[in-house]
Amino acid sequence: MNRRLQMRMLPDGRRLHLHDGPIDLIVEAFGAPQAVMAAYRAAFERFETVLDELCSELSFLRQPCVPESKWPCGRVARRMMAATLPYATEFFITPMAAVAGSVAEEVLASMTAATDLDRAYVNDGGDIALHLNPGERFTIGMVERPGGLSLFGASRLRFDDPVRGIATSGWRGRSFSLGIADAVTVVADRAAAADAAATIIANAVDLPEHPAIVRVPACELAPDSDLGRRRVTQAVGDLSCTEIDEALSAGVLAAERLRRVGLIRAAALHLAGVTRVVEAIDRLKLFEAERSLVHA
Amino acid sequence: MADDAIRCDACPVLCYIKPGRTGSCDRYGNYEGKLVRLDPHVVLDRTVERGDSVVPFLERSRDWDGTLVSHGETFVTAIGAGTTYPDYKPAPFIISSQVEGVDMVTVVTEGIFSYCGVKAKIDTDRHLGAECSSVRSQGEAIGHVTTSEYGSQMLSLGGVRHLTGGSRHEGTATCDALLKLCNGSAVELKIDDGARVVVQAGKPPIVDGVQEERMRVGCGSATIGMFAKQWFGKIDEVVVVDDHITGVLSEHQAGKLLGVPETGIKLRGRRSTPGRYFQVADPGTSWGGTNVDDPLSILGKFSAKKAWPGLRLLMVSTTGEHHAYFELGEDLKPHERELPANLRQSVARIKENCEPALCTVMFMGGAGGSLRAGVTENPVKLTHSVRDALTRITCGGAPVYVWPGGGITFMVDITRMPQNAFGYVPTPALVAPIEFTLKLVDYSALGGYMESVRPLSSVVSHQDGRRRVTARTDNPWPLQAEARKK
Repeated sequence: MNRRLQMRMLPDGRRLHLHDGPIDLIVEAFGAPQAVMAAYRAAFERFETVLDELCSELSFLRQPCVPESKWPCGRVARRMMAATLPYATEFFITPMAAVAGSVAEEVLASMTAATDLDRAYVNDGGDIALHLNPGERFTIGMVERPGGLSLFGASRLRFDDPVRGIATSGWRGRSFSLGIADAVTVVADRAAAADAAATIIANAVDLPEHPAIVRVPACELAPDSDLGRRRVTQAVGDLSCTEIDEALSAGVLAAERLRRVGLIRAAALHLAGVTRVVEAIDRLKLFEAERSLVHA
Repeated sequence: MADDAIRCDACPVLCYIKPGRTGSCDRYGNYEGKLVRLDPHVVLDRTVERGDSVVPFLERSRDWDGTLVSHGETFVTAIGAGTTYPDYKPAPFIISSQVEGVDMVTVVTEGIFSYCGVKAKIDTDRHLGAECSSVRSQGEAIGHVTTSEYGSQMLSLGGVRHLTGGSRHEGTATCDALLKLCNGSAVELKIDDGARVVVQAGKPPIVDGVQEERMRVGCGSATIGMFAKQWFGKIDEVVVVDDHITGVLSEHQAGKLLGVPETGIKLRGRRSTPGRYFQVADPGTSWGGTNVDDPLSILGKFSAKKAWPGLRLLMVSTTGEHHAYFELGEDLKPHERELPANLRQSVARIKENCEPALCTVMFMGGAGGSLRAGVTENPVKLTHSVRDALTRITCGGAPVYVWPGGGITFMVDITRMPQNAFGYVPTPALVAPIEFTLKLVDYSALGGYMESVRPLSSVVSHQDGRRRVTARTDNPWPLQAEARKK
């Protein structure tokens, strides 16, 4: 029995909170009450061993992902590798870039395999895996920046939309970033793919060598970081409008390439109060003002 | 690793953590070279009088023969007890001990409170900000200014909307500020269009860099009422300057009753009832919480019909910090003179009656259904049992006030709890200890987890990870109070 693990219903009595080590999941399933219970039980049973599985091959998962990388053993780890491999030839990335999205995806998969649900989501610290049955939909909302209250946009995801994953990355978040984006939110077909892409795009939003940006080697902050001596952003000073535009344009360029090859469906990039959106699907209107959130 | 990082073995991630930083979970950290969990398990120990209240437990410093335990002298608090998925499992510690012959059960758990916050009372007359203004920490709105109370300004901080209803940053900033306040640390708060105030439980507030000394004895009108008799005969007119209600002795009911004659004084501001004036000036940080530096600026001309040369006038603030004495000249204009000795005492007495200004931090939270389910299989019975006073709730061993009405919503003065009693989870939500104490028979009757009850000796004899603290003598002893009741 995993003694660290915590599981409880949130005070609203509808959402499940799963916690183990650094992983925090908010889970909500919709459907017949018995199906919801069965789904929560399945989520818990699957979640119970996730951290141990990951840690058993953690040092491998912290190695840069290269085209000749071997495949890891664990199911979550394989999702991580699959999500990061597309970037292996061109970028620095480790499977850890997709860990949150992969855990969300895996737990969601265990729920939908156990029972029939109308819809469900697993939110792993902002990286969200979604499930929709025909006729169902989700309304997803985004905040302008991690510090802001106002919802800048909402989009309605329907069964026929290909999107089943949402992820956000940026230097203000819990993980280190090589770029200066306050937040990059990506929607993609899968949560793990969205997670990896958000990391890549957030890294691309950058002004190399800019004096107002404080960067510190990751290993000086966390000796075992998968980023090693790479310098991660710790503070961003005042930037001019031109500089903000320059940094965002670099990110938009990266995002647009990923969108064209099908790795992502859309992305919203935020820096210093400015937002740029990359999208193609007509249906995915990121600026509809609707107030409903899929997050804890 | 050729530096001072340490390895955390709390979970299989096995983070290397640098000094002053936390691992990937944010819950374990490297504090001066030691791995610390923010919330070690705390055992309240009643055997020593309260010295400086918290004594860290040293494993071999005492000889545990169980004697203290059988006398009900040790109470296990919930601090650091953990919360292993209470929906399905009994609370982590369900402990029985005997108190005055009655088998008592204490259910010890740590609650994760997403619905929680802090009500802070700031003793000051200075204007902190308008009602409903946002209160910010790290630039994020974490609460708002609520009502003014007598001599104090109330702040409502935290709550579920700030913790989980807004952005991640807002939630983190809120959780961070609540955690610091509840663990007794100082937090600087900025009020929109208002003051910057440093709040720390049990310490004077620091408003815009100035440490508050005293609370006013009452509003200006009340001060007149309290001191009218002492002034009578020694002076002709007294004005107590106050941002809320400025009082005037000769017009005030208290002066009338004593037969103080009219003086022809004129006050600026809006008259409320005789001798009581609103808004004589703007709010500020000078005389009586107004922006007045020259007290004469709130007076109009004395009426020539009623005033007389030589009229003696005392102006004083509600805390006695500011005072000035005047006499009217032939021109009926006030001229400042030295305060006569026989009035000095009354000014000193106003000062004396002002209590030290402090910040009070009350943690307020609600025990949700899942937390209650960790105590009994039928959670509503626990609520009923608390209502019927069969079950006593304590928070880290400290007494709580349980709100009437549904559910279990309680408040606790954090200065009565052991230090660092609070933790957090990255949800973000606060982790607070909560203990339910009741008779073993009652526990059984409400569907308690009888098979999980274990004797106190089994907890205190396995000392690993337990911290013993001295109980505070000004708190009722959680077990004895309960036993006495029945």
